Amino acid sequence: MATLHLSIVTPDKPIFDDQVDAVVLPAHDGEMEVLPQHTALVTQIVAGELRYTTGGSEKALAVGAGFVEITNTYVKVLTDLATEADHIDEAAAEAARKRAEDAIAQGKLEGEDLEAEQALLAQASAQLALKRKRK
Amino acid sequence: MASQRDIRRRIKSVKNTAQITKAMQMVAASRMRKAQQQALAGRSYSDLLDQMAHSLFGHSGDVQHPLLQERPVKKTLSLVITTDKGLCGGLNGNLLREVLRADNPNKVYVTIGRKGRQSLARAGRPLLADFELKDGFTFRDSKIVSRYCLQQFENGDVDEIEVFYSKFVNTISQVPTRVRIAPIGSASLVSSKAAAEAAHAEGPTEYQFEPPAPELLGHLLPFYVHFEIYQYVLDARASEHSARMVAMKNATDNAKQLVKDLTLQYNKARQAAITTEILEIASAAAQDA
Repeated sequence: MATLHLSIVTPDKPIFDDQVDAVVLPAHDGEMEVLPQHTALVTQIVAGELRYTTGGSEKALAVGAGFVEITNTYVKVLTDLATEADHIDEAAAEAARKRAEDAIAQGKLEGEDLEAEQALLAQASAQLALKRKRK
Repeated sequence: MASQRDIRRRIKSVKNTAQITKAMQMVAASRMRKAQQQALAGRSYSDLLDQMAHSLFGHSGDVQHPLLQERPVKKTLSLVITTDKGLCGGLNGNLLREVLRADNPNKVYVTIGRKGRQSLARAGRPLLADFELKDGFTFRDSKIVSRYCLQQFENGDVDEIEVFYSKFVNTISQVPTRVRIAPIGSASLVSSKAAAEAAHAEGPTEYQFEPPAPELLGHLLPFYVHFEIYQYVLDARASEHSARMVAMKNATDNAKQLVKDLTLQYNKARQAAITTEILEIASAAAQDA
């Protein structure tokens, strides 16, 4: 069966690089499933949950916003953050969410600073959502 | 010839210095490992981004974006990335020599790192802004710098942005490098050879864009600039710690050699003193007889 080569890279390190059967991405307008032989596409993703399937088992990662390049043979994901469900530190994510929320609530931030905090908030929320779902 | 006591004192002081440089070498070595890992890890992301930007660029038709427009260059902004601290061999010197060689009256400077600021201020060059290179420089810190540069560019205050940094090749080799980062030309997008080859090997693929190309470019291009600058800073940091490690290792080795030479000199002086003493006694005994 045809497979896809999925690579997930964050600025800190390459997170994942292997063959998979299918990928579900948190695209900017909803979830998008990518199967082998997909048409070539460049798209943006938002913070959320990325799932991939290999040999019948499904794994999930919390990812931040980023860009994705898809061709018929590979999917390349560039994102700020990617954490496997098992490695999420719930307390740290909760603290990060709180910090970002407070910073936004103060209403002093503007422009890109605000966007950066909102991105952090979205990342932390995505991690928490994934972690709590798995429990 | 210096007296035995003088030589002994010098040996002691050189040994002390060697101990200090050895310690600095160890510190630099541990930081170096981390910085090198970070720089190399970031490269795969940067290469992928490069490839992606390239595939966008090749197939986006005539989308207008300020970052893609070549303007007649009246002013150039030079971002110079140096270290904050010295004791790293010729690293900053080599880089700043390149900077000053490429200098012309149309340039304004933004620096990261104290050394670059000092040197440019001494040369009397116009400094727009300077930033410090703290330990644990994050993407957010670097974004402050790159956003400032992009703002100057978008306001039309400058027509070109270039970056000078020490490219990290390996532990003993760092190359002063000059890159033009804005406006983004088709040439600069395929700066890495690997990206160009990969794009070539896979042949022309028609991409679809979601959201449409102009919007996607609006997000991707500034991000590209932000990230590339961050990657340059990481490179510069890896270079800094590598250069410092090597410089301190050389210093330690030199000190060891110096101790060796001084010890030899000390022993010679000691032997000469003993020989003179024996001669004196022998000649005195001969006279008595």
